[in-house]
Amino acid sequence: MTATLLFIQALNGLQFGLILFLIAAGLTLVFGVMDFINLAHGVQYMVGAYLAAAFTAWTGNFGLALLLALPTALAFGLLLEVLVFRHLYDRDHLDQVLATFGVIVFLNQAVKFVWGAAPLNVPVPEILSGSVEITDGLLYPVYRLAIIAAGLAVALLLYVLVSRTRVGMLVRAGATNPEMVSALGVNIQRLFMVVFGFGAMLAGFAGAMVAPILSVEPGMGDNILILAFVVIVIGGIGSIRGAFLAAILIGLVDTVGRSFAPNILRFFLDPATASQTGRAIAPMLIYIFMAAILFFRPSGLFPAKR
Amino acid sequence: MTELIHAHPSSFAPSPSRIERVPLVLFAILALAPLLAPLTGAEGYVLSLLSRVMIFGLAAMSLDLILGYGALVSFGHAAFLGIGGYAVGILASHGSEDALIQIPLALAASALFATVTGTISLRTKGVYFIMITLAFGQMLFFLATSLAAYGGDDGMTLASRSLMAGTSILKNDRVFYGLVLFCLLGTYLLSRGIVASRFGRVLRGTRENAVRMEAIGFHPFRYQLLAYVISGMMAGLAGFLLANQAEFISPSYMTWQRSGELIFMVVLGGIGSLHGAIIGAAVFLLLEEFLPEILHFAASALGSDLQSRLVENWKMIFGPLLILIVLFARGGITGLLGRGRHG
Repeated sequence: MTATLLFIQALNGLQFGLILFLIAAGLTLVFGVMDFINLAHGVQYMVGAYLAAAFTAWTGNFGLALLLALPTALAFGLLLEVLVFRHLYDRDHLDQVLATFGVIVFLNQAVKFVWGAAPLNVPVPEILSGSVEITDGLLYPVYRLAIIAAGLAVALLLYVLVSRTRVGMLVRAGATNPEMVSALGVNIQRLFMVVFGFGAMLAGFAGAMVAPILSVEPGMGDNILILAFVVIVIGGIGSIRGAFLAAILIGLVDTVGRSFAPNILRFFLDPATASQTGRAIAPMLIYIFMAAILFFRPSGLFPAKR
Repeated sequence: MTELIHAHPSSFAPSPSRIERVPLVLFAILALAPLLAPLTGAEGYVLSLLSRVMIFGLAAMSLDLILGYGALVSFGHAAFLGIGGYAVGILASHGSEDALIQIPLALAASALFATVTGTISLRTKGVYFIMITLAFGQMLFFLATSLAAYGGDDGMTLASRSLMAGTSILKNDRVFYGLVLFCLLGTYLLSRGIVASRFGRVLRGTRENAVRMEAIGFHPFRYQLLAYVISGMMAGLAGFLLANQAEFISPSYMTWQRSGELIFMVVLGGIGSLHGAIIGAAVFLLLEEFLPEILHFAASALGSDLQSRLVENWKMIFGPLLILIVLFARGGITGLLGRGRHG
């Protein structure tokens, strides 16, 4: 029984980790290449979810909605870049944190203004709505498996893009030393826009994918943003590989920790205290994990900058 | 990465008579406010609003001490507000309602938390420091949400304000206001003393160039840690006051958004001037309080439907306002005040 539960939780953790990776990938590139802290990356995830909800309601088809939501999320990200972020690249980190904080305040209220404060529900698309039997007696929702598949596919695509193409090479070079790349005649401003738009689209994609399994509500990006920061800091800023590894780790530690911390503590404490302490410790686990990693590796697991 | 904060030349060599006037006026206004408050016809409201302003001013100033003078951008400073607040709530629910017990314990808990987290955080630099302090703040936030005995997610309402040496004089809003003002003035003078001392000079030297400070024989870590602990204790005191002012505590004291607001207050007022943080807190809170009403007034020509929607969604104005302030008001309000006098 416990082994089955562990397996299910591991799958959930993997799915959560992949969603985190989709958000963190854009964040770490923007951070690594442009040295720009974008707190508003979380609201791009929220906007993606809202776009998926709105387009699903409009077209009645989740797949079609996804196709419409992606370019819209991209366009929205580029709009924010032109309006706000572009003016912040040469500012210090503090100014960037504050101005993008202002973007969060605005957009959280703006979605309330447009769609109301009540959470929206997006139905799971019909083809993916059932459950599959993984081993005997163990059912797992197809849609969550689809998220895992989509996440892995995007991760693979990203890996190929970053490690096998010319743009990817420039991005990697930019994360290591942007001045040098610029000095070699690369239009770094345009590279920035590409990276930025792509990151925004990935976050929007993540939001759209989770829209059917989470409630779409204002502020839904705020907490996942912090988790995405935890991921990129653990992984090493600017490193896609680090972000992938850290996202999966965080996803597993968080999901498995929440369901097993009380059980594990039961070996040391009496049941009542164990469940109380377990519930207290579980949400803190990833932060403890992060603090521990930064204690031993102060620049994360795979620092891109040397 | 080392250029986290632009150096503030004025904080290095404060020209005495010119800059001192601003804090003097500031504290004079705060001291005279209770005398003028009855004239507004809403004395209780004015006093409680100004108490809040001073409490957040105290918290923001404590952050300025490490942010402005040590270039340590703590993104988890709200945790100390929570520690101070929960010290009140937890002690009161176990029968220790006296401020003379609660304050020392709140300070001790803050100092302990700051020592532990500071020791770990200060191993990292720049952005990693921002993120690790954020992580510690989040840990404490989630710890608070899991404290079922003390309200969990919802927080807990305090039965009454803390006692002061066995008497319940703090229930009087004016007396409480006086206590808050006393705390703010005390910590302000203490901070000024710290900044002007040899310790403060070493701290500022570390801000400019930690490697050089080390080369001439200082251990930046010790100075930064001590500054972090002092700052944490001051914020803990603000937490004690905040819990008493609101007569309520909840994990919402420690959200990362609250930490962001504290940073914003410091930047808004002007980094590295101490009183600037107080002004920043005042402007931020008053804006938050009155922006809906200003909008209500400004939009009165637009018809009542649009007007009420605008007032309800005042944050859609507030957010862009924050962005504009960051983009155009460099050096913060004290920077503007200074510039005005030079020009």
